Amino acid sequence: MTLDSKIPAGPIEKKWDTHRFNLKLVNPANKRKYTIIVVGTGLAGASAAASFGELGYNVLAFSYHESPRRAHSIAAQGGINAPKNYANDGDSIYRLFYDTVKGGDYRAREANVYRLAQVSNNIIDQCVAQGVPFARDYAGYLDNRSFGGAQVSRTFYARGQTGQQLLLGAYSALCRQIDVGSVKFFPRREMLDVVLVDGQARGIVARNLVTGEIESYAAHAVVLATGGYGNVFYLSTNAKASNATAIWRAYKRGAAFGNPCFTQIHPTCIPQSGDYQSKLTLMSESLRNDGRIWVPKQKGDKRKPEDIPESERDYYLERLYPSFGNLVPRDVASRRAKEMCDNGYGVGPTGLAVYLDFSDAIKRLGRMVIEEKYGNLFDMYHEITGEDPYKTPMRIYPAVHYTMGGLWVDYNLMSTIPGLYVIGEANFSDHGANRLGASALMQGLADGYFIIPYTIGDYLATTKFKAVAEDAAEFRGVREELSAMIKKLMSINGKKSVEEFHRQLGKIMWDNVGMARTRESLKKALEEIPKLREEFWNNVKVVGESNDLNADLERAGRVADFLELGELMARDALHREESCGGHFRVEYQTEDGEAKRDDEQFCYVAAWEYAGRDKEPVLNKEPLTFEYVKPSQRSYK
Amino acid sequence: MNQLIAFYNSSIGKKITMSLTGLFLCTFLVEHLVGNLILFAGEEAYNSYTEFMVSNPLIRAVEILLFASLLFHPLVGVLLWIANKRARPNKYEVYKLNENAPLASRITMLTGGLIFVFLVVHLRTFFAPLRFGDVHPSAYRLVQEAFSDGLYSAFYIVALIFLGYHLRHGFQAAFQTLGLRSKKYIGLLDAVAFIFWFLIPLGFATLPVYFYFFFNSASTAAKAMGVN
Amino acid sequence: MNVTLKVWRQKNRNDAGRFVTYEVKDISPDASFLEMLDVLNVDLVKKGEEPIAFDHDCREGICGSCGIVINGRAHGPGRGIATCELRMRVFRDGDMIVAEPWRAKAFPVIKDLVVDRTGLDRIMVAGGYISAKTGGVPDANAIPIPKPIAEEAMDAAACIGCGACVAACPNSSAMLFVAAKISHLALLPQGKVEATTRVQRMVEQMDKEGFGNCSNNYACEAECPKEISVLHIARLNREFIKAKVL
Repeated sequence: MTLDSKIPAGPIEKKWDTHRFNLKLVNPANKRKYTIIVVGTGLAGASAAASFGELGYNVLAFSYHESPRRAHSIAAQGGINAPKNYANDGDSIYRLFYDTVKGGDYRAREANVYRLAQVSNNIIDQCVAQGVPFARDYAGYLDNRSFGGAQVSRTFYARGQTGQQLLLGAYSALCRQIDVGSVKFFPRREMLDVVLVDGQARGIVARNLVTGEIESYAAHAVVLATGGYGNVFYLSTNAKASNATAIWRAYKRGAAFGNPCFTQIHPTCIPQSGDYQSKLTLMSESLRNDGRIWVPKQKGDKRKPEDIPESERDYYLERLYPSFGNLVPRDVASRRAKEMCDNGYGVGPTGLAVYLDFSDAIKRLGRMVIEEKYGNLFDMYHEITGEDPYKTPMRIYPAVHYTMGGLWVDYNLMSTIPGLYVIGEANFSDHGANRLGASALMQGLADGYFIIPYTIGDYLATTKFKAVAEDAAEFRGVREELSAMIKKLMSINGKKSVEEFHRQLGKIMWDNVGMARTRESLKKALEEIPKLREEFWNNVKVVGESNDLNADLERAGRVADFLELGELMARDALHREESCGGHFRVEYQTEDGEAKRDDEQFCYVAAWEYAGRDKEPVLNKEPLTFEYVKPSQRSYK
Repeated sequence: MNQLIAFYNSSIGKKITMSLTGLFLCTFLVEHLVGNLILFAGEEAYNSYTEFMVSNPLIRAVEILLFASLLFHPLVGVLLWIANKRARPNKYEVYKLNENAPLASRITMLTGGLIFVFLVVHLRTFFAPLRFGDVHPSAYRLVQEAFSDGLYSAFYIVALIFLGYHLRHGFQAAFQTLGLRSKKYIGLLDAVAFIFWFLIPLGFATLPVYFYFFFNSASTAAKAMGVN
Repeated sequence: MNVTLKVWRQKNRNDAGRFVTYEVKDISPDASFLEMLDVLNVDLVKKGEEPIAFDHDCREGICGSCGIVINGRAHGPGRGIATCELRMRVFRDGDMIVAEPWRAKAFPVIKDLVVDRTGLDRIMVAGGYISAKTGGVPDANAIPIPKPIAEEAMDAAACIGCGACVAACPNSSAMLFVAAKISHLALLPQGKVEATTRVQRMVEQMDKEGFGNCSNNYACEAECPKEISVLHIARLNREFIKAKVL
């Protein structure tokens, strides 16, 4: 496999403009002759589908939800970055670019990141025009807050519901296209495979989740906007249905998987309280703006936090990183919290938590201000834990949150399968080894509104397509394979539920491929995962019928994929003998416990290529070059 | 015209019909109460007031509007009620609306229905003889006689309690439906609404109380003195 | 804690459906209601019975997927929460809990506790948007919006589209849902341009879907997980009258 990233030549600030000019256009009258499939209608998918529809393409949009508004983009709380410099604090496109490359620990493509920073300003304009009610100041202008990994205020927000408001904006743009008939939306359809004809992605096969029917849809290009795979850990902040099936099956059809081991652990989540727990709830990172993180100086101090005097508290982030303090990037904050707890300073009943304290901020700004900024987050915390964070500090602990890895794409966001595009969290592209806060929303919308509408046109304009219908042999073949897989899942009739397998996999992943990874732990995971997979295919029990709404069957297919993906993650993590961003290998750290990169050997994107069942995947490398932001050890001190 | 029919046919249009007819009936209630209170001014004043009311052509014209409202308000109400029942063909096994909605809002059909029954009786007792018959010896006497019947007075007062509940929901709901409830005016509206649902029925209730307890006893006392 | 769960089971749209009673044992009071269902479902699967189907996804009260009428209350007892945020600690040990789907003609049951709420999407498709083209819009700060207006628009925009307003309303009316969107867009200068056609089309679609009429019970506001005020319904009415009459 050759990886051609197609990065345009020229100075970085000109690359995207030059490239846009060089991209071929589709004649407006011809656009409706092209059909584009968009799978997933979260921020990236909905914005892409709406923009395609607006341009005049014929769009088929798919979601396993009943409505695009249910996508997990909705749960993003804190905000979206854009270097508008409204705060007059020295922000610029270049600074956002710099912060993102540095925050990603020099494992992202400079050209992609620069483009992302460039178009991010347009996103804010677009969203405001759609009616997104961003927070405003008393003059009626947009307000900003600061976020981890940055020293400027560039984050736009809508209370603690920024993701919701942006998604509803994209959803409304999508509704408008559904209204005029350019987009057809298919609810409750789960894409199970991509169909290749002559090596081009020409359609998908999806399961109608209500009737169980296996349906085929043909098109000229397929866009996957199916989100990340954090649920491989079972407990994560992802929604329950979030899964890797679409990208994993595309991987097995030939799309390379980039940097699968790069997962982000979010520092501010509500700690786990019991075995029954089905997911972890994230508290927006924006809380770190006003909250101070601390643990008692004394190990195993069981006093109530209010009773611990100031002098006996260790505000360890402020101590270790005086210049960034509580606003260090996520990976650093998470790892330090884990370290504190591992060393016995953890608080709460499990000892797996640290305090996030607002008493200073409430004293300084007043309860009203705090309520206005974070009211819904405080309510949520209160609801879940039964404790009032206005009175007592929150307890937080890191949890799996985002996956920087994903299908490998070139500068045009096309995977290694011609005609198969991947956008949003589903691709690997812009965040390197660690994503900065408020950048996920930015990337999803940048890809959907402002990048793929241009790049896909070039592909459609320059590619020859033969006529393909849904009854073609290629579709039939895939349908048969899928029916056989479903039949197999339904017929095993073993003793263990899908849920139990998923939890077991999650535990293996968290313990061995989690926040701190070692050679031994990864090797252990590589032994245990195949064993569990073997057991799954012999002992899983899936009840109900396949021609009916069957959540158990849906989950079985997803867990089957996680059981393969988990292994690839461990393999990738084992091969990457360095620490960078969210990938922390215990063997590779500096004396004071910071991640130690190895730019000599690992300054590349690991793009894994499927080699067939029971065969080791092939590692391809896309070297990364840094012309503008010279790699240095990240320092937030 | 088509626009108007389309407007009426929409769910909000029907509700606006309800609120406009309802509010019109509310203004009538004020007028009616003022008229009734003239009873306290004595027989002569009241009789000339009723005479004016039945003979004035303008009042006659408004009367048509009044009866139209009296018919339309319950008719549309029933139509809406039927449509609303159809919107939930399968009932809940357990349904605790009482934990979410105030009592008055949950019993408008009941209170409205009872007020309607009351109105029929009320019109037969007072309106029909005043308007079409020959009142003997006078309008004032008609009222006084009716309220000297304890059963009738009790019925009248019970109906007023229902009216109170009906107004308690209906008055503010009319403003809500007309889009007039807003953060700015909600305080004022609530105050006016209170006057309506509480003070208006209370005002009406003074009459049966007066005639049954005080007027009666006064005349009985006089009679008793005469015998002595 | 132990509870008895009486839950609605219905195989598909055409099935008549019935209540089935289950005993659920040893549930932590800190578990959420949906986690209690998870535990029950694993038991059912192990016994070879079909698990109870229910919609859910984010489990943090924002996606609007979940929605169960619990003991006669949409999203269960308590204010300002979605079903996924309901904790078992609000029940007492030994309680009998009745769980039913949203019931409305416009929300046909798909299976067990899962209903079809796409009617709400069709209302949105009928104008619940601002026709801003991608690109070609002014700078975000070109239109200042007074803070109180922006805040009020945000209050309305917080709607998660769960349908609890419909479920709680004695008339299965979707007025609060429609009002939230109308109000959000009518408050903002960007949304005013299309306000007249938007309100007429959305109300027309709402009526077509078979939702009932608003009779101002305000049960919707009481059950709304985002506590959206019924004053937005007043604004919807106002916008409708403005569009039709003025």
